[in-house]
This record gives sequence, structure tokens and C-alpha cells, in this order.
Amino acid sequence: MAHIPLSVFSAVGEKFYDAFIYKDRWRYITDGFALTILITLVAVVIGTILGTIVALIKVAHTNNPKKFKISNAICNLYLTVIRGTPIMVQLLIVYSIVLLPFKGTSLNLYACFIAFGVNSGAYVAEIIRGGIQSIDHGQMEAGRSLGLSQRTTMIKIIFPQALKNVLPAIGNEFIALLKETAIAGYIGVQDMTKGGDIIRSITYDPYTSLLSIAAVYLLIVMLFTHLLTRLERRLRKGDQR
Amino acid sequence: MINVKNLQKTFHNAGGDVSVLNGIDQTIEKGEKVVIIGPSGSGKSTFLRCLNLLETPTGGEIWFQDTQVNSAKVNIDQLRQKMGMVFQHFNLFPHLTILKNITLAPVSLKLQTEEEATEKAMKLLERVGLADKAQSYPVQLSGGQKQRIAIVRALAMNPEVMLFDEPTSALDPEMVGEVLEVMKELADDGMTMVVVTHEMGFAREVATRVLFMDGGQVLEEGSPKEFFGNPKNPRLKDFLSKVLH
Repeated sequence: MAHIPLSVFSAVGEKFYDAFIYKDRWRYITDGFALTILITLVAVVIGTILGTIVALIKVAHTNNPKKFKISNAICNLYLTVIRGTPIMVQLLIVYSIVLLPFKGTSLNLYACFIAFGVNSGAYVAEIIRGGIQSIDHGQMEAGRSLGLSQRTTMIKIIFPQALKNVLPAIGNEFIALLKETAIAGYIGVQDMTKGGDIIRSITYDPYTSLLSIAAVYLLIVMLFTHLLTRLERRLRKGDQR
Repeated sequence: MINVKNLQKTFHNAGGDVSVLNGIDQTIEKGEKVVIIGPSGSGKSTFLRCLNLLETPTGGEIWFQDTQVNSAKVNIDQLRQKMGMVFQHFNLFPHLTILKNITLAPVSLKLQTEEEATEKAMKLLERVGLADKAQSYPVQLSGGQKQRIAIVRALAMNPEVMLFDEPTSALDPEMVGEVLEVMKELADDGMTMVVVTHEMGFAREVATRVLFMDGGQVLEEGSPKEFFGNPKNPRLKDFLSKVLH
């Protein structure tokens, strides 16, 4: 167990005042929190859209290998590269290379949107693809035999069932994403982690600042897990006997 | 109504080619109830599934009301709207209520409004005695109930022919009767039916023509009386002696 000096436990109020109240330092946390959530939400949207498109292309190609040959190859390249390199490196590449030609004040934030969104898309794609392929082939046949097109059957019959099955996995992916955004500070985005670290560097008290942001992360994750469980339960009503 | 000319189907597997249908010629007229029997692997299900192109034939022609089913130009979705299909494993949509299972296709395809489709669905449900299950989910139903719903779902599209792929094979024995009963009523109403089944009693009672398939070919066909009373093909005699006790 790490050595914790007794002084941590004394003067808690004073430490708290120093870290958060004095000179409105709490704004580092709240502004950071807002950015962390913003980056996560934008990345979730990008990731879901990208992931769904990639998954659908891959499934369509698997069902009919003559279709989407080039798109499928691009998707495979995307999945391999994104899942084969660290998110940290991807973030630096997006910020320092991809966005190099652009000028502006919030480029580092945009870099976060792109890097985390594109990264998440690769993982979401594989989850959704697995979900679609786990649905019994008879469902597609039933839809098609009624005269529904491949597309309509996919949208109205296969996809809703697949989504329900993969919801826990997608939820976990987004929880992981939320925590991964903590590296945004590396390219100068003042997210919640960076905010906490700034307070630490001002107050020389790592305990209050860092443990506080850890608690906030934990709370968000717990809240999100709770919401996810409830949503799952609602979607599961078709399984009740 | 359905015209099949020299139908061939070969599956290309990793272990080599398997030839499942070896030249089938059949004409099914409007109002006929054709029952196909035969041992497992004889190609009877594949034949049925070729009729609405769930399997793509590798040779020959299938015609449905002056339209070639297996041509590149055909709008297969439109053809399938006229050919209802019932599967061995029901294939109801588990995420939708019974009512939505039935109305999904006609409403999505804009053939009926939501109200019309619901009204028709309720009438059909009434007919098979399951009106009280409209708001249930498939998982809450027994196998026999599921299959009756599957039949209703296909009927909701006002098909001109109904294809049944071993509709009672996955059912508990005590539930077979209720499904066959619905099929008999359907037959009495004049529906054109093609049925792959192991229910010899149904074949005898309902069929206007019985086909015996083995090795991807139709080895014998005839009226049920002739077919069961006086089988000629030795393979059919052997088969009947094993299934009729």
C-alpha cells in the first residue's frame, strides 16, 4: 500500500478550498468536464455512423462477394490500421499531420473529434457486424419472402434485433471512449483530466485534484452503466415469457 | 400458374460440388394443392425454395404467371409479394408484436394503410383463433401458435400461391393438428398450395397431386389415391413402407 501522509486527512476543508474555490478554480473541472463530455458525444456520433456504414458494407460484401469489393477493401484497411495503432499516436497524427493545412483556434478540439470518432468507429463496426451476423438467416429469408427488399429487411428486421444484442458491447465501447478522451490534454485540449492536472500543479496537492476527477469519471461511468441497463431491459421486453 | 423447366441446382461447397436438383419439369395450375414428399436430402425443400428464388437455380427456367422468376431482369420483390412462404422454423420477427409481424410487410410496401392492414390482420387472427394474441410477442406463443401466425403473416399479403416448407416438422406432436387444420381450411378456400411435408395423412386428404422426390428428381407423381394405393417406383414403395405403419 502506498504511503499516505497524515496531512492529507487534516485540513480537508482548506485543501478543498485551495483546489476548487479559491480564484474560481472549480472552473478547471467544470469547463474540462464539459469538454470531456463534448468530445465523447461527438466521437460517439461519428463512431456510430462510421461504424454502422462499415459494418453494413462488410456484411453486404460477405453475403455477396461480388458487391462492394473496393469499399470492403478500404474498410478492412481502416479496421486494421485503426485497431493496430495506439489511439495516442492517432491523435497526434490527426493533429500534427492531417490538420496541418488548416488554420484556426480550436484545431486541437477538432483533432479530438476526428481522432476519437474515427477510432471508435472501427470498434463499433466490428461489434455491429458481429451483431448482424448473429441474427438467424431465417429472419432475412422471412422478410424477403414477404416481398421486402434486402434494404428494408435489413432496416426493419435485422438491424433492430442486432442492435439490441450488441447494446451492452456498444455501451462498454462508449464507456471506454469516455475514459480514453483523458489523453486530449496531450495536444493542449483542457479536458477534465488536464483541468485536474492544472489544479494539481498550482496547489502542489495531487490528492484533492486527481482523486476528485477520478471520482467524477467514476460517477459518469456508473450513471451511464445504469442508463444502459435500463435501456437494455426495455429493449428486452420481446424476450419475456 | 407455375412452370418449371429442367430445373437444376448445384451447391458449390468447399468439399466439392453437390448437385441437389437434377432436371425437374413441373406445371402447377391455379387451385392445385401439390404435396411433395421424399427422404431427407432429396432436394424437395431446395425445389420449393427455388420457386420464390430463396435459392438461385443453376440451370433451367421457372415461370410464374408469364414472368420468368430466375431472370436477371425480374423484380423478385414484386413476385414474392404474390408467393407466400411458411418456414419450418416459423421465422417470426421476435422484436415485434404479433400484429406488427403481420402488418409490417403490407404497410412497409404501401399496399395497405396501417388501419387496413390492422383490420385485415385482426380478421385473419380471428380465423385462426388467435385474435387475443395480437399484442403478444412471438416468444410468448407455443410452436403451433407461432406457425399459425406465420401462415397469417403470409396471407396478409394476399398471395396467389402459398409455399409451405415442412411447416409441422419443428412442432411438438400435439401441435401438428392445429396447424394442419389451418392449412386444410386454406385449401378448401381454393388457395394454390405447394407443400413439402412428412405428413402422409395431410397428403392423402388434401393434395390434388403428390410428388415423390429423390436424388434431385421427381420419381413419381399422381393423385393421392393412385400414389399411395398403387405406387410403382421401387424407391417410392420402399419409402412408403418405412413411413406408413
